[in-house]
Amino acid sequence: VLKHHFEDLHQQHASERLGMWMFLATEVLFFGGLFGAYSCYRLWYPAEFEYASSFTNLKIAGVNTVLLITSSLTMTLAIRAAKLGDKSGLYRNLLLTFALGGGFMVLKGFEYAEDFHEGILPGAASFGNADPGVDAHHNIKNGAVEAGLDTGKVRLFLCFYYIMTGIHGIHILVGLGCILWLVQQTYANKIPPENYSTVECVSLYWHLVDAIWLFLMPLLYLAGAHIHH
Amino acid sequence: MSTATVQGTPGLSPVPPEPPPATPNYLNNSSGIWSWLTTVDHKRIGILYLISITVFFLAGGVAAGIVRLNLLSPEGAIVNEDTYNRSFTAHGVLMLFFFLIPSIPAVLGNFLIPMMIGAKDLAFPKLNLASWYVFMIGAVFGVWAILAGGIDTGWTLYPPYSTRASQTNVVPGVIGVFITGFSSIMTGLNIMVTIHKMRAPGMTWGRLPLFVWSLYATSLIQLLGTPVIAITLTLIGVERVAGVGIFDPELGGDPLLFQHLFWFYSHPAVYIMIVPGMGVISEVVTCFSRKNIFGYHAVAWSSMGIAVVGFLLWAHHMFVAGISYYSALLFSFLSMLVAVPSAIKVFNWTGTLYRGSITFQAPMLFALGFLVLFVIGGLTGLFLATLGTDIHLHDTYFVVAHFHFVMVGGMVMGYFAGLHFWWPKMTGRMYSDWWSRVAAAIIIVGFFFTFVPQFILGYHGMPRRYPNYPAEFQVYNVMSTAGASILGIGYLLPAFYLTLSLFFGEKASANPWSATGLEWVSPSPPPPFNFDEEHMPVVVAGPYEYALGIDQLGRGLPESPGTVDDPSSRAGGHTGPAGPMQKETEVVG
Repeated sequence: VLKHHFEDLHQQHASERLGMWMFLATEVLFFGGLFGAYSCYRLWYPAEFEYASSFTNLKIAGVNTVLLITSSLTMTLAIRAAKLGDKSGLYRNLLLTFALGGGFMVLKGFEYAEDFHEGILPGAASFGNADPGVDAHHNIKNGAVEAGLDTGKVRLFLCFYYIMTGIHGIHILVGLGCILWLVQQTYANKIPPENYSTVECVSLYWHLVDAIWLFLMPLLYLAGAHIHH
Repeated sequence: MSTATVQGTPGLSPVPPEPPPATPNYLNNSSGIWSWLTTVDHKRIGILYLISITVFFLAGGVAAGIVRLNLLSPEGAIVNEDTYNRSFTAHGVLMLFFFLIPSIPAVLGNFLIPMMIGAKDLAFPKLNLASWYVFMIGAVFGVWAILAGGIDTGWTLYPPYSTRASQTNVVPGVIGVFITGFSSIMTGLNIMVTIHKMRAPGMTWGRLPLFVWSLYATSLIQLLGTPVIAITLTLIGVERVAGVGIFDPELGGDPLLFQHLFWFYSHPAVYIMIVPGMGVISEVVTCFSRKNIFGYHAVAWSSMGIAVVGFLLWAHHMFVAGISYYSALLFSFLSMLVAVPSAIKVFNWTGTLYRGSITFQAPMLFALGFLVLFVIGGLTGLFLATLGTDIHLHDTYFVVAHFHFVMVGGMVMGYFAGLHFWWPKMTGRMYSDWWSRVAAAIIIVGFFFTFVPQFILGYHGMPRRYPNYPAEFQVYNVMSTAGASILGIGYLLPAFYLTLSLFFGEKASANPWSATGLEWVSPSPPPPFNFDEEHMPVVVAGPYEYALGIDQLGRGLPESPGTVDDPSSRAGGHTGPAGPMQKETEVVG
């Protein structure tokens, strides 16, 4: 368990933890650039951003929020299980976390598919290009033109919507990969109680990804929740 | 090299006895290309980086050569305008992202940080190796972008040109820089955690060598700045590929937002490039003055000051881009503020030199060159931080000259000073004293000839990045190109004598410069885990006790400077006691 270049386990775990916290700092700055850019435009173009936000799927986002918050709980329970040497508890909580995170991604997939059908896309040609079956009154482009909004700025919101949720989704996928790796490590008996900090480091990352979602939710989904079509 | 380690195992020696095994060091403890490509030894990874960035330095130098040669004539001497644009972009991208940013942190930092703080390795050895692979993958994209036709946007990649107009390989270039950024983050994170958690007993923060402090500050910038350029480049890439408009005014986007995000990283990035060089200078100036550093705490904290203030002045690149009057005032003030910690360093180095017993070996010549060139570069920076003069000088050769005085006159000189200072430690060989001094002199002279005319050109209004210019500017451009040729020869010389030293150089002792740091305690080249595993270092003294003549273990220093360091010469003890220091002298730390 102890790597050759460390003096003792305490030093090793403290280094791993500090390293992970520093990595989280880079993640915060990474998303911070996006949040900063989004905030500028949100401030400049409130009407268009609220209008475009009203086309996002609040129901799926709400369920997803619950899934992620619950997954943070199970992830924390996994640390406790690892620390106590409770192998079956560790399995259970890791797999539960994986299932909740996986559920988030599946719902996300349905959400994207629906957006796609309804033409909620930022491209010049794809914007408002809904499937024939979709009610024309619910077309994002028609509605924007009727309301006298600048479609360019509506599309700007959609750019951010896809980039922010997309990059967040990639982070969830990486997190799911790490959880699977932890399951494999547990199976290989490589996570004895004195090595629980491995689980802790993954959990730190998972919590950050969870926390970022808690900012994305109001920025992207709640901004236009008061507008009804 | 210590004689005690060159012994066969007693009692087991067959008859006739085998020749004594070579002392294991990090270079010979395993061999073959595969042992290098899979190594997790920070010293070997440092060498991998050294080889890689040397290649990029040469490639960037070739691009600079094309630019300078083309400027020999007012109409462009050798290439057309498009190729000219691609050449200066290639020069900028290669030199900044693939040479300067990794230069000292990834080569010397990698090699020296664990040794200086008394650790066996960096905190995350595998991450360290991964950082080199990530760097090389990014480099493959970058080189592909350049070879497959190049990029013509300049290294700043400003939209809308980079997103709508340019027909060149912006996307692969952006991917390359994006990926390389991760290697920079990995190196910074590794170094920071190592400094926090891996210090030897007795190695307090107040006893850290100033090189370590400077890399701590650098790593902080790498950690907090690089992710912002990553997301900015992602946005540029998405805008270009998907045809959407995040920075496109037609869709309500704002190109100025790109400039803000870009410079939020890219201005601090110049401190990623210069602060490590300052760390090297602190080590070299002290050692070759045979004096304790003047103002240790001031120099250490000024590194941190640069790192923090450096994050707050990015918009001075945008004074003429249309930012508001009040933010321009604020950023002008903050830009001047960062001159304060830089000046603190220069004053303290000068204070160290004052009445020192100075000797002029190659590392010291490079360091003195750094001092002069950096001061000129720094002072001309104040002209650009001043709002009124910046309107006149913005985007002229004055900026180019200022930037090169700091980056080439500063950082590259610092890198060469460091490379020459620690070369005996890294390779176990001494290089030619004469040729290295000649090279330092040629580089300094060539540098002045190259860049002083550019100050004049810029002051008279020659814009940067233009392939053509009025005929009356030709004399200065010819001078500059002539200087660049001298500079080129100066840079090629070390490639020869350093390479030759590997085969013909005198064997280096453990401590050829009679310096005080822990890295000089180990043999040259060091063993795989840096120190004798049975006797890991215990630090009892401050980092620069040249006055007492003791290293950080409290042992006396060898004769300075020399190439022989066997225990018998040290026992002569002209400057201090051998063995652990006595309690009553410990107050020096």
